[in-house]
Amino acid sequence: MGFISQHPVLVAAVVKIAVLLFIVMTALAYLTWLERKVIAHIQSRWGPYNVGAHGLLQPLADGLKFLFKEDVTPPTADRFIYTLAPFLALSLGLTTIALIPFGPPSVLFPNGQQIFSVVDLNIGLLFLFAITSMGVYGVALAGWSSNSKYALLGGLRSSAQMISYEVSLTISVVGVVLLAGTLNFNELIGGIPHGSTGQTGYWLHFIPKWNVIPQFVGFLCYLTAAIAETNRVPFDLPEAETELVAGFHTEYSAFKFAMFFMAEYANMITVSCLATILFLGGWLSPFPASWTWQNYLPGAGLLLLAVYCAWNTVSEMRGIARLQLGVVTLLAGGGGLICLYPPIAAGIQGPFWFTAKILAILFFYIWMRATLPRFRYDQLMSFGWKLLLPVSLANLVITAFVIVWPLLRKG
Amino acid sequence: MTTKTTLIETPAGPAKAMVLNMGPQHPSTHGVLRVVLELDGEIVLSARPEIGYLHTGIEKSCESKTYSQCITLTDRIDYLAPLSNNLGFCLAAEKLIGIEVPKRAQYIRVLLTELTRITSHLVWLGTHAIDLGAMTVFLYSFREREEIMKIYEYVSGQRMMTSYFRIGGLALEPPPDWLDRVRRVMDALPGHIDEYEDLLTQNRIWMARTKGVGCLSAEDAIAIGASGPLLRGSGVAYDVRKAFPYSSYDEFDFNVQTQTAGDCFARYQVRVAEIRESIKIVRQAMEKVTPDGPFRAEAPGIIPPSREEMKTSIEGLIYHFKIFTEGFAPPPGEVYQAIESPRGELGVFMASDGSAKPYRVKFRAPSFVNLQSLPKLCEGRLIADVVACIGTTDIVLGEVDR
Repeated sequence: MGFISQHPVLVAAVVKIAVLLFIVMTALAYLTWLERKVIAHIQSRWGPYNVGAHGLLQPLADGLKFLFKEDVTPPTADRFIYTLAPFLALSLGLTTIALIPFGPPSVLFPNGQQIFSVVDLNIGLLFLFAITSMGVYGVALAGWSSNSKYALLGGLRSSAQMISYEVSLTISVVGVVLLAGTLNFNELIGGIPHGSTGQTGYWLHFIPKWNVIPQFVGFLCYLTAAIAETNRVPFDLPEAETELVAGFHTEYSAFKFAMFFMAEYANMITVSCLATILFLGGWLSPFPASWTWQNYLPGAGLLLLAVYCAWNTVSEMRGIARLQLGVVTLLAGGGGLICLYPPIAAGIQGPFWFTAKILAILFFYIWMRATLPRFRYDQLMSFGWKLLLPVSLANLVITAFVIVWPLLRKG
Repeated sequence: MTTKTTLIETPAGPAKAMVLNMGPQHPSTHGVLRVVLELDGEIVLSARPEIGYLHTGIEKSCESKTYSQCITLTDRIDYLAPLSNNLGFCLAAEKLIGIEVPKRAQYIRVLLTELTRITSHLVWLGTHAIDLGAMTVFLYSFREREEIMKIYEYVSGQRMMTSYFRIGGLALEPPPDWLDRVRRVMDALPGHIDEYEDLLTQNRIWMARTKGVGCLSAEDAIAIGASGPLLRGSGVAYDVRKAFPYSSYDEFDFNVQTQTAGDCFARYQVRVAEIRESIKIVRQAMEKVTPDGPFRAEAPGIIPPSREEMKTSIEGLIYHFKIFTEGFAPPPGEVYQAIESPRGELGVFMASDGSAKPYRVKFRAPSFVNLQSLPKLCEGRLIADVVACIGTTDIVLGEVDR
């Protein structure tokens, strides 16, 4: 007990990292499931269906498959860098998530540490960009070290693309930073004492003061650049399957490939989190705090899910799938009941809204993938430098001008 | 094979261009095409298609089979349009023997080959779209193709390798309510084509990827002997169905679709418009096909007698036995018969030495000829354009290699 009480920060951080890692890894796995399901339904097919009820065990099966596949290293590859690249990609992808506040900083452990963010850095945004910029190394090194032409082309495309879009990505969020006057994520959302009010409060008593409204252009620029940054359709050139086979990870197999795969999804989650924090009010609810019924939304949602699962279990599932979906029903129902318990209901408000917003952005991502063709390399570059960058720069200049103008008039 | 690598100028002096083997195992070379690309960064300096990975010796095999047996081989030349190949072969054989096919069978042939054109163009649209990253169109177009495949299956018993056209007519009398099925599919199809066009035609990315990409001038197209949508996309209104009508095509009212731009987008437009024209032809054919009537010509010794005749008359039995054991011998001679397959002019040259087996059969495969345009289409452009160009030349490797 002595150790725990003497090192509150360390203990809390370890616990939070363990829990967060578990949640994020599960979320990554089920994000692939969600993507496959959503795209399947857009394309009028079923998607995963046989491994577990509604394919719910598919991510697990995929993970096992990746673990047990033969891990081939091409004889001509640079072995050290070849092995380093996927680790770099995945560890950088996961590091950024430690910075994300999933709920308000006011919710604390008994020892006084914040529950919902692993670290609450005062330069959080800057640090996050520093880490994500390193992400390009994973891709570039993988493309280079594989010693394969397709991988080389993929790596080249990727480096050029990620560096180009990094510029627009960063500039598009500076407007938000100017408005808030801080780089700390919690302050970007909740405001600074005696400073900006962050994204709290309402216009006309019902429009939440989220940055997406004053910074709408910035939001669009950010979203576009973020899609390019994470190499997703329509900017998925580094791994353009029909051109470069698999791009920079052509030569990777087994778990090294899985690590790139997970890194891509981790990056998707990171940029969605960032969009949520910067533009969509983070963990803030869209409704005023006086509407206490909203505390029961998560529980009610889970209970509704449980009812649907129960109905589906009874009416459609057969055999082992019935058992599996039954377990899901019980989990959802139990979770729903726990979430209805008032102290918990109040405590999980932040994560609930945060997750809901992330899911909305991720759904948008997946929807894009099912709809749009792919850009060509030169078009991608000219789009990035000739359209996205000027627009985000103009947005920045106008924002700065609007902020400074009152000060100038005062002289 | 010796290859001279192009030298490119770099700030550090001349350097060898990177040679990239695209294929034969590649997601978007539509089978086993191998394209040897010389690259300066992403720019293609030269593109050389290498073929032969799917050589099956169909033409040679035909020489050791009777005329009727060859039909099953023709299904496998262009496996996306088996009925067109059947038709080309049967028309050539009929020309050699000199049989007139009953009108009803001709109309059914027209109807089914137009359905084939639709399925083939649907596959093309889907694969071309997925090459450019629009994956949803692929699954949508395969969904519609499946409905037409069901019609094939209903009529002939086979989804793909139908072998439904036989010398002198058809293999079987089609089932009584098959036209209702065709009508149902044809009523639904135009709406689905609109769906694809909604997803693609006005899509900014789609236009950027296809407009001005892979330009082929009319002169070049004619010079290499291109045909089909590749030629019509360059503004030449040549269509065998109009120029040299066969199988009663002259009785149908349809337009030859052309575009003048000669780029990938023009070829896309031509093919989509051709699907709509084919629907028009199918509708007209449905009017013309009578519920009853002969489905093959009367030619004892060449065309098998009906089942009833074979079971009840001695001549019928003898003819049946002789046709299926030793075949029939057309008079010596040579014929050439061209049809408009979904990919262009499919010509069948056939030489007979008076025996029961053809002396020589040669298919003038449109894919093979159209593939020659590939270097012209993609040299000087980017790698991503090579994929678009392979897509819009619409080759089927089975047909290229035969």
